[in-house]
Amino acid sequence: MTELLTIAASTDGGGLALGITEGGNWFLRNVWLIPLLPALSFVGILFFGKRMPRGGSELGVATLGIAFLLAVVTGVAWVDHRDDYHGEEVHRAVVVHDAHADAHADDHGVGHGHPSLAVHRTATWFQTNGVEFTVGTLVDGPAVMMLLVVTLVSLLVHVYSTDYVHGDRRYTHFFAFLSLFSASMLLLVVSENTLQLLCAWELVGVCSFVLIGHWWEEKPNSDAALKAFLTNRVGDMGLLVGVTVLFFAVGSALPDRFGSFSIAETNALASSGALPHTTLLIASCCLMAAVMSKSGQFFLHTWLPDAMAGPTPVSALIHAATMVVAGVFMIARMYGVFFEGFQIGGSSINLMAFIGGLTTIVGACLAFVQRDIKKVLAYSTISQLGYMVMALGVGAWTAAMFHLFTHAFFKACLFLGSGSVSHAVHSFDMKSDMGGLRKHMPHTYRTFMIGTVALAGLPPLAGFWSKDEILVGTGGWGLLGGTGGNGAYTLMLGMGMLTAALTAAYMTRCVYLTFFGEFRGHGQPHESGPRITVPLWILAGLAVVAGFVNLPKGFQMAPGSLQERFGHFVEPVAGYFPAISHGTPSWSLAVVSTLVVVGGIAAAGWYYFVKVEAASKVAGTSLTELPDGPTTKYPLARMGHTLLANKYYLDHLYNEVVVDGTKGPVARFAYRINQQVIDRTVDLVGETAVKAGVVVYEKVDQLVVDGAVNASGSASSATGEELRKINSGKVQSYAAILFAAATVLAGVLIVIV
Amino acid sequence: MLLNQFLLLSAVLFAIGVYGVLARRNGVLVLMSIELILNAVNLNLVAFGAFRETVGGEVFALFVIAVAAAEVGVGLAMVLLLYRNRRSIDLTQIDQLRG
Repeated sequence: MTELLTIAASTDGGGLALGITEGGNWFLRNVWLIPLLPALSFVGILFFGKRMPRGGSELGVATLGIAFLLAVVTGVAWVDHRDDYHGEEVHRAVVVHDAHADAHADDHGVGHGHPSLAVHRTATWFQTNGVEFTVGTLVDGPAVMMLLVVTLVSLLVHVYSTDYVHGDRRYTHFFAFLSLFSASMLLLVVSENTLQLLCAWELVGVCSFVLIGHWWEEKPNSDAALKAFLTNRVGDMGLLVGVTVLFFAVGSALPDRFGSFSIAETNALASSGALPHTTLLIASCCLMAAVMSKSGQFFLHTWLPDAMAGPTPVSALIHAATMVVAGVFMIARMYGVFFEGFQIGGSSINLMAFIGGLTTIVGACLAFVQRDIKKVLAYSTISQLGYMVMALGVGAWTAAMFHLFTHAFFKACLFLGSGSVSHAVHSFDMKSDMGGLRKHMPHTYRTFMIGTVALAGLPPLAGFWSKDEILVGTGGWGLLGGTGGNGAYTLMLGMGMLTAALTAAYMTRCVYLTFFGEFRGHGQPHESGPRITVPLWILAGLAVVAGFVNLPKGFQMAPGSLQERFGHFVEPVAGYFPAISHGTPSWSLAVVSTLVVVGGIAAAGWYYFVKVEAASKVAGTSLTELPDGPTTKYPLARMGHTLLANKYYLDHLYNEVVVDGTKGPVARFAYRINQQVIDRTVDLVGETAVKAGVVVYEKVDQLVVDGAVNASGSASSATGEELRKINSGKVQSYAAILFAAATVLAGVLIVIV
Repeated sequence: MLLNQFLLLSAVLFAIGVYGVLARRNGVLVLMSIELILNAVNLNLVAFGAFRETVGGEVFALFVIAVAAAEVGVGLAMVLLLYRNRRSIDLTQIDQLRG
C-alpha cells in the first residue's frame, strides 16, 4: 500500500499533496505514548489496584499527570513545528489519474499561506488479501488541542474523584475505567485512519456504558447506561457505513488501490473533487447520524440527560472532554468530506447546520423545566454541542474548535461544581434540596458563577469569545462591515442569537435555585474539601482566560501578534483540509450578542430575583416559582411547559410508537410464520421421520447394527480376558513387553526399508 | 575408521543393559542397567558422529547425558522412597501398577 504512495514534491502537479510529513520533533512522532499511559494505568489498576494503598487511584492520577505533561510538551513542540519546520519539504502525496483532480491539486495543495505539515506516523496493523491496514498517529492542530484538553480535564476529574467517590464499593473499578475512558478518547483524537477512529469510538462508547452504570444496583442507572449504549449503537451503524463508503470511494478514485481508511487521503481526495459528490453526500449523512447519537444532537440526544445517572465526575468527563465531543471532533477530522458532501461553502442550509441550530434551541428550552441541576447542565451541553455542530455546518471550523476548547473548561467547572453541591446536600434536586448555598459553599458558589458567566457568554470570559466567533462565522451579519466566511447563514445567526439569550436565562434560573433564596434541604451543608475545590478553581481560572488565546482579528485592544493565535496553530493549512474562508469580526455583532445575553439574564433575573423573591417573603418560605406564574395564567404557556416537561414526547415516541409499533407487527408476523410455515414443516418432517424410523429399526437396527455391536462386544471381552493376564503390575514384565515390541518393530523396519 | 567395532561394543552394552533391566530384582541395579542402555546409545551417536565427521552426534550424546543424569536423579529418589515405605527395593514385589 505504501509503495503506491509516491513521494512527490509539493509543487508537483501530478500528485495531490496531502500536507503531511513523516519527520518532525520526537514528541510529535511519539504521541502514541499519551494514550498508552492511561491504557497501561487501566490494566495496572484492574490487576493491582486493590492492593495499592489508595485503591489504584494514585496510579490513575499519576499516569494522567504524566500524560498531561507530555501533552504540554507536545503542544510546545507543535507550536515550534508549525512556525519553524523546514526540515523535510517533500512529503507524501497521492497520485490521482484524474484530470479533474489534477486541475484542483494546485489550488488545494499547500496553496494558501505557510503549510502546517501534520506529523504522520503509521505501523502495519494487519494485512489481508494484499490490502494493508495501519494504525498510527496524525498529529496536527486539532489533535494537539484535544490532547491538551482531554488530559487536563481528565487529570482534574481523577483528582476530584478521589474525594467524590471516596469509600465507594467499586472505587478501584471506577478509576480503572476512568483511565480507559481517557485512553480511548486520546486514541480517538490521534487516530490516523477512520478504522482506528471507529475502534476508539466504540471503546469510548463501552467506557461510557460502564461508567454511567457505575451504580448499577439501582434499576434507573443500569437503564440509563443501556439507553446510552443502545442509542449510540444507532449512530455507530451510520459511522460504520460511512467509513466503509469512504473506504471504497477512495479506492475507486485511486486506480492502483483497493481502498483506503487514511483520513488525510480521504479528505484530500474529497477536497480536490476527485470523489463524486453523491458519494460524499451519502457518507456525510451516515457520519452525521453517528455525530447525532454521540454528540447528543436532536433527535438522538435523549440518552444524554439520562446519562446523568452516572457519578458526577463521569458526567463532567463525558460532557467536557470525552464522549460527546468525539462527534464534533470527528466532523472536524473528516471536514474535507463534510465540506464537499454538504457543500458548506455554498451558503445553502445543509443538514449539519440545520440539525446543529435546531439542537441548540431544543436543548436550551428543555433546560428551563429541569429540577435536577445536572440535567440543566446536560441540556446545556446538548445546546452547546448544537452550537459547535452548527458552526461546523456553516464553515466556521475554527470557531467550533475554539468553542469546544472553551466549553470543555467551563462545562467541566459547572459539572464538578454541581457535584460539589450534591456532595453537600446529598441530592441533585434544585427545588426541594437546594437554595441559599452561596453562604455555605463560598468556593463552589464563586467557581459556579464564573462558569455560568462564561457559559452565558459575557465578555471577557471564555464563552464570549468563542460564541461570538461562531456568530461571526455564520456570515449572516451584514451591519457595519461584518461579513461572512463561507456563506450567509442568516437563519443560523438567528438561532445562535436566540440560544445565547436562552442560555443566559436558564443559567440564571439554575444559579438562583441553587445558590440564592433560603436553604430548602435538610441538615447543614458544608463546603467540600480541597481535592474538589482546587480542580474547581483551576477550571474556573481557565474559564476566565481560555478565551484570550483567540482574540479576533482586528481587535484593537490587543497587539496583532496575540490575535487569532488559536486559529493559527489549530487550523490545518494542508492538502487534507478544505480551503475555508473566515468571517470578519465586527464590533456591532459583539455588542448586540452581549446585549442579547444581558437581556436573557435580566428577564430571568427579574422573574427570580425580584418576583419570586418577593413572593417568597409574602409566603414566608423559599419559593422556587411564582404561585400564579405564566404557566397557570396562560393556556399556551402551560401547553409549552407540558411539552417541555415531557421532553417533546421523544421518549414516548421511541418507546411507544417506534419500539411498540415494530414490536407488535413483527411479533404477529413471526408468530404466523412460526405456526404456518415452520411448525408445519417440522410436523411433516417429524411424521416422515417416525415412519422411516420404524423401517430402519426393524431392518437395519435389529439385524445389522445390533449384530455388529454384539459381535464387537464379545470380541472385546474375549480380548480383555487375554490381555488381563499381561496386566500383572510388575514393572519388569511391562519392560519385557516394551522391548519385545521394540524388537518386532525394528525387525519390521529392517524388512521394509 | 572402523565403525563396526564401536557398533558391536554398543550392541553388547545394550544387550547387557536390557538383560539387567529385565532380570535383576534390585531397583538400583535396574537403574544402572538403564544407564548402560543409554550409554550404548551415546556410544552409537558418537561413533556415527565421528564417522560422518559432524558434531551432531556429540551434541546429541551430551543431551542424552544430561537427560540421563536427571532420570537417574528421579529414579534414585523413587527407589529411596520405595525403600522407606516398604523396607525393600525388590521390584518383583511391587505390582501396584496393575490397573
